[in-house]
Amino acid sequence: MSEPVTALNNTSDATGIAAVSEIGPVGMITLRGDLNASYLRKAAAQIAGVDVPAPLGCNSSDNRGIAWMSPDELLVMCPYAEAGETVEKLEKAIGSNFATAANVSDGRAVFRVSGPLAREVMAKLSPVDLDPAIFKPGMFRRTRLAQVPAAFWMTDDETFQIFCFRSVAQYVFDVLKVAAQSGSAVGHFPLAEGQSANT
Amino acid sequence: MLVLTCHACGVTAEETEFHAGGEAHLKRFGPGSSETDFEGYLFMRDNPKGVHFERWRHVYGCGKWFHVARDTMTLEVFGSYSAQTYTPPDDLIAQIEDKRPDWTRKAATA
Repeated sequence: MSEPVTALNNTSDATGIAAVSEIGPVGMITLRGDLNASYLRKAAAQIAGVDVPAPLGCNSSDNRGIAWMSPDELLVMCPYAEAGETVEKLEKAIGSNFATAANVSDGRAVFRVSGPLAREVMAKLSPVDLDPAIFKPGMFRRTRLAQVPAAFWMTDDETFQIFCFRSVAQYVFDVLKVAAQSGSAVGHFPLAEGQSANT
Repeated sequence: MLVLTCHACGVTAEETEFHAGGEAHLKRFGPGSSETDFEGYLFMRDNPKGVHFERWRHVYGCGKWFHVARDTMTLEVFGSYSAQTYTPPDDLIAQIEDKRPDWTRKAATA
């Protein structure tokens, strides 16, 4: 196999109020079908090592996870090198049932925004209520970042993981960098106790 | 700005996350229909001042279609309901009739 290359060579920027970096490559498999079917739930949970999340949720650990994309779609995440065999495993589990698994790892770019002010950076770009009382780690949201579709979830209280189409990776990185430029803190969300932010 | 709730995934978001799909509950007139019916199906749309039923798609989210009942003048949103239906649910109609005593739902026509 040839060496996988991410869209932006895992470039990063830590000069602003939150650190922005491209991470990856990440193995991503789109799984579509009846999400209540046990053959699908069991196979996905076994591969990802986490339970199938409730609607609008994402369960993740280290480099594996499952995200709820829509009422008939899941995204299974795994190490990049395992994506191929994971699709085969899923297809075997699906058998003759009406469902599909597709490896979409190379079509996406993955970013991480981290720091006490990560919420502010994301709130500047997407029409989502990111109040700490409303949007919490474990929740998953497909939405837009400025002008392009993207999806994100929080792996912990100050880390967002974002994915978007690979073709708009440069745009997303640039727009995140602008939203995180130093001196641009708004101070809208209260910081958790003991947190201090480099504004 | 409209704030809509997607009936398919339950997300409540403002209108830029959605895409409007025009008037809802049109009856299709296809091959074999009269020219007037076909023209009506293709081009004739209601443009009411007040209660309106529309199709919307959660284009940046789950990607599903759903229906919305709203007021085109006040922008009040009465509710959203499944795309897999030919008519608005009765409880939604009752709720709209409560709020807009002058309004009656017109019979489904072309």
